[in-house]
Amino acid sequence: MTETKKHFWNEYQKEIAEDNFFYERSCIRQSFFPGSETIFLKILTDDLGKNIIDDPNQHTCTGIGYHSDVVPFDTTMTVVGRLFSLMKDSGVRNYVPSCVTSFGVFTEVVETWKHFPEELEKTRDNLRKATGREFDIPENIAHPSDIIYKYRKELKEKMKYQLVNRHTGKPLKVVEHIGCHYGKIFSKHAVGGAEFPQVLAGMIEEWGGEVVDYPERRHCCGFGFRQYLVMANRGYSVANTKKKFESMKPYKPDFIVANCPGCAMFMDRWQYTIAEMEGITYDDNKMGIPVLTYEEMAGMLLGYNPWDLGLQIHQVQVEQLLDKIGIEYNPDDKFIGKSGKYLGEPEKPENLVVDYGK
Amino acid sequence: MGKQNLSMTGYYDLLMQDVRFREGLTACMNCGVCTAICPAAEFYKYDPRQICNLVQTRDDNKIEELLKSDTIWYCGQCMSCKTRCPRGNVPALIISVLRKVSQELGYFTQSEKGRQQFAIKRTVGDNIINTGYCVHVDHVNPKLHPEQGPVWKWYVENAEEVADRLGANYNKEGGGALRKISQKNLDEVKKIFDVTGGSELYGDIEKFSKEVADKFKMSFEKEGINNEYFFHTYIENSNNHQK
Repeated sequence: MTETKKHFWNEYQKEIAEDNFFYERSCIRQSFFPGSETIFLKILTDDLGKNIIDDPNQHTCTGIGYHSDVVPFDTTMTVVGRLFSLMKDSGVRNYVPSCVTSFGVFTEVVETWKHFPEELEKTRDNLRKATGREFDIPENIAHPSDIIYKYRKELKEKMKYQLVNRHTGKPLKVVEHIGCHYGKIFSKHAVGGAEFPQVLAGMIEEWGGEVVDYPERRHCCGFGFRQYLVMANRGYSVANTKKKFESMKPYKPDFIVANCPGCAMFMDRWQYTIAEMEGITYDDNKMGIPVLTYEEMAGMLLGYNPWDLGLQIHQVQVEQLLDKIGIEYNPDDKFIGKSGKYLGEPEKPENLVVDYGK
Repeated sequence: MGKQNLSMTGYYDLLMQDVRFREGLTACMNCGVCTAICPAAEFYKYDPRQICNLVQTRDDNKIEELLKSDTIWYCGQCMSCKTRCPRGNVPALIISVLRKVSQELGYFTQSEKGRQQFAIKRTVGDNIINTGYCVHVDHVNPKLHPEQGPVWKWYVENAEEVADRLGANYNKEGGGALRKISQKNLDEVKKIFDVTGGSELYGDIEKFSKEVADKFKMSFEKEGINNEYFFHTYIENSNNHQK
């Protein structure tokens, strides 16, 4: 990359609040990466000493229903209004949606209200009529990855490990994948804009790794909402992810990290699917390329137990990465449940090589 | 936007009643950048440039044909077109409005991809009202999602043990990940749907889908996915959509 292009992203900076956040949980992240939401809250409160509200009265933003077109925009705007009313009740003004789809929904709704004030008034009326509630528009909306990016230097000082191969001493090669709805809808709301987003690249470089700049770096993961939700359409989803894997393969990445929970899940699961359907993997060992959420990446380097972060619920096994970094882990703890009971291990795929550690 | 207005106005004016259509289309110059960047255009017989071009002709016959076609259901809503258009147009928003009108008028049942809205309504749509989640661990049945793999199956079979070890509060009262959302909160969400047209759109999808299920002589049932028409819309693939 030329120097000019390298610094192009500096034009796209966004304001990220410092403290006193309202956290909105993600349907996808709670389901597929519950440990990521837990560790994000732990990092904010225990490692950074911040105040963040986790209100039990919250609910879906309807984002997946909205983008698969079964939920009208008026309904989504009013559901967003209810979530903002919960924030108002909590006394904080900085909204932090865990999901990238939600982040896109909130930025779209707030921008719509700015450009079409009559839509804001209609939403206020609708919410009042339905629930009697009132809401304020947040002073700041940031994705949790923005907050981790903002405090990446402070977190580095607390980290036990770096993104460095302990055998070679070289930086790990990391593919960063930014969820489309983080920066493609409104570039100004993304750190670094849509073309050179820095939100994950900044973390990776600060924490010792090297970002892989590959041709399809900005291509969608392939979720496509209705293109995945309906079984008949899933060819769209896997084909788009495959395009990314083929593009990144020659660069031999050590792992992939995503700020969108859907993207992280798809890039993990489609490696299994492609391996089982076609016998193809995108690494040299038939084990696949591990895929992490950014919370898992941060938690892993801070020294949290990988099995408390939830790395055991990835289909592509992560031990190969933990071993490269030199992270200590107990294989016997991997499939232990909350009660302390051993839960048995998952079945083994036919083609994708797994080492369940027993 | 009301379907009753159609007798008084054309399709273009109907589309223009949605703020997203007014925001999404400002004299497309047909440069094709949206098509170049579009993941759906690589996979399907789909060209967002042509969608913009067609709707701005304001030709009611052509717009009606579009509303009844598979074409409007190919977009994956990634919004890559929003970033790229030099005129600030958003084909993905235009598509969303076309889809909304297609469902309100019952035209969606005339295409294979359109009929799939029933499967989405009976899963994600009903999940929102019944549980407060679009998606929850309990909704991702390994039998309907074989691509999720054996680790997912293991997780689902041990959901409470695994999720709660990871700090969740699986299906229990109170706060935290995967908690049971209280009836009071669900009632408010349902009221929002009633007031804002969400329940009406669900009703439209159900009503028009039932007509097709009857025509196809398939079981339908008032709710849930255990019926022939659900699986028809969830699985049917004529393989006539790709390039």
